[in-house]
Amino acid sequence: MSSNFGSMPLRYRITIDREQCMECGRCVENCPYGVFRWDGNRILINSRNCTACHRCLTYCPRDAIMLQEHPCDYRSHPVWTRAVRESIYNQSRTGKIILAGMGSVANLPIIFDHLMLDACQVTTPPTDPLREPVELRTYLGKKPSKLDFTQKPNGDVELSTELTPNLMLETPIMLGHMSYGALSLNAHVAMARAAKETGTYMGTGEGGLHPGLYPYQDRMIVQVASGRFGVNVDYLERGAAIELKLGQGAKPGIGGHLPGEKVSADVSRTRMIPQGSDAISPAPHHDIYGIEDLPQLVNSVKEATERKKPIFAKIAAVNNNAENVAAVARSGVDAIAIDGFRGGTGAAPRVFRDHVGIPIEVAIATADQELRKQGLRNEVSLIACGSIRESTDVIKAIALGADAVYIGTAALVAMGCRVCGNCYQGLCPWGIATQRPDLVARLDPDVASKQIANLIHAWTLEITELMGAAGINSIESLRGNRDRLRGYMLDEGLLEILDVKSVGA
Amino acid sequence: MAKQVTIDAKGVHYTPLNQQIRKAIEDGADEIVVNNVLGQRFIGNGLRGNATIRVNGVAGGDLAMFMSGPTVIVDGNAEHAPGNTMDSGKVVIHGSAGDAVAHSMRGGKIFVRGDIGYRGGIHMKQYETQRPILVVGGSAQTFLGEYMAGGLLLVLGLDGAMKAREIGSGIHGGEIVIRGDVDEACLAAGAKKLPLTDEDRARIAPVIREFAADFGLDAEPLVKANYTRIVPASARPFAGKYTWE
Ligand code: SF4
Ligand code: SF4
Repeated sequence: MSSNFGSMPLRYRITIDREQCMECGRCVENCPYGVFRWDGNRILINSRNCTACHRCLTYCPRDAIMLQEHPCDYRSHPVWTRAVRESIYNQSRTGKIILAGMGSVANLPIIFDHLMLDACQVTTPPTDPLREPVELRTYLGKKPSKLDFTQKPNGDVELSTELTPNLMLETPIMLGHMSYGALSLNAHVAMARAAKETGTYMGTGEGGLHPGLYPYQDRMIVQVASGRFGVNVDYLERGAAIELKLGQGAKPGIGGHLPGEKVSADVSRTRMIPQGSDAISPAPHHDIYGIEDLPQLVNSVKEATERKKPIFAKIAAVNNNAENVAAVARSGVDAIAIDGFRGGTGAAPRVFRDHVGIPIEVAIATADQELRKQGLRNEVSLIACGSIRESTDVIKAIALGADAVYIGTAALVAMGCRVCGNCYQGLCPWGIATQRPDLVARLDPDVASKQIANLIHAWTLEITELMGAAGINSIESLRGNRDRLRGYMLDEGLLEILDVKSVGA
Repeated sequence: MAKQVTIDAKGVHYTPLNQQIRKAIEDGADEIVVNNVLGQRFIGNGLRGNATIRVNGVAGGDLAMFMSGPTVIVDGNAEHAPGNTMDSGKVVIHGSAGDAVAHSMRGGKIFVRGDIGYRGGIHMKQYETQRPILVVGGSAQTFLGEYMAGGLLLVLGLDGAMKAREIGSGIHGGEIVIRGDVDEACLAAGAKKLPLTDEDRARIAPVIREFAADFGLDAEPLVKANYTRIVPASARPFAGKYTWE
């Protein structure tokens, strides 16, 4: 569309150190955005197409390529920032809603970074994980509020309480829901293998289950979202657990949309929709128009699978989170995943991504407190998700009341993702968020699964060390143990909401 | 010889009731008659095979949800969302049905002799040979065929005027065929009217005949009747809304 803006200042500039460059052309081959091209025996650069994916840099044998963000300054202004001005230019040209990739870029304080962990000193001894076990095994699902036993004539005692199905995790870190379609098959296979190797689970996202993942189906949590893509009884039966997606942290209250360009032959088979057609997920589940409809869907899925599998629900963290969580807990689900406002996404309207929702730290803390208050905490497990970046985020989330976490972006980064935020273009140079066969082939599932498994192992080790240092030898004793956290530079209101004391207290 | 099993649903909670039905199918029943049904939910839910389940009474919500194969015949009304996310098979309802009938249905047939509630046929979708069909004998309420992505939704209006407004909002696949003329004002944004061609009529005729046979109606006047066909104005109703960062 025409405008009087001309060309906008470059977002990134790519330069080649011509003294170092040996004209091998790997950058030309590797950049799927066409930044480099041959002109005779010289490589020309069109920086405007660059997404800062770093693919060319990593493959340049001479380190000759350099990338600079925002090479052109605007007049600095604290109110009329570059982002604000560029959005106005964009919308005054197009008249449309701005979509953006990856999670929130809003520069707001991260509560996790203001929570300090405890360690034992003179009054109690730390646990040394080298010689004493520190138990991270986690069970997700309902726990009975009491146990009944019957005594047999020979004096043996037997459990008579009927237990409901739980998922057993070797570490409280799961791989969150990112659909096949948004991600490549190689990325999904890598995640599934890593989940199997580390004794944890992965979410399918709402794209159905590709036959290539059937060998790992007992490690998969199959998702049922509002579009019901790829959902049939076979799919439900394959999963180890079933998750009803009610909301997403990156875009609470709105649906999703996989553009037809990404619906390849294989994706179409898995989602069960025609090739090239848009996959539109409505904002609500149209069979849930009120909280009283939710138990109906939960029970329907339970009946269809003969009550053999735990049912999860995922909601976005928004105002009245505690009430939302309690309502979902009463619907009969076995676990609730709460997705904080920093959660990742392939694409979301920028205004939602950066402005709607609440932080996961607050959402987990208030959910845990409310469930305890209502006597429902044993009825559901809580899963924290939405920007879990490192092992300390995991341990803090658990101390605030979570049972386990889902990681999404962190798993992508472990496969090579550079958080360039251009997943929606479908040209991911790392073979992660693309369906283009030559790009998908860049991701070797063996290598990528090892990297994800390494990350999970490393975090698990760190969590073990941190727990040992605090004298906690079981994840059960860490869960909701806010006394082992202290808030640093958090205001009084927030400390009260989190139910965490200030440093020094 | 066909094996028939009769189950009395009187005062039975839906979980044991559905377990009994499932067990009967596993034991090789061809026909299961469930008497005294009074709102028990999830009947036929997730069942496979080709048995026939006769529901005598009022079926509760999510009848035949995720069902893949069997036939369910309800001699009475059905509550919310019969045929929800159904894969294949057939549901025949001799009375009326609640809201969200055939929600996200991806295959098979649902025939309702009476009326249906709001959002009928919402987000029905098709894939290759799987093409869901919803036929309503009476009237449908507003938001008929919302978000529809595939399949056929046919409303015969046998008992008077059609009540639906906002027909086909967000429709991006499939077709809605309504007997008689439909006022342009009843169409939602994103839907458009087309006249029914001879090929269209030839395509829907077998469906009308099957429906008429199931309910003992005279098919031919219905086959010959005047119909309005409603289809998506665009396969990508939301494409024009967004720009990239
Ligand atoms: S898009 Fe990626 S590969 Fe292409 S120039 Fe930019 S950083 Fe290099
Ligand atoms: S997955 Fe690929 S396209 Fe998406 S942010 Fe990461 S590197 Fe960029």
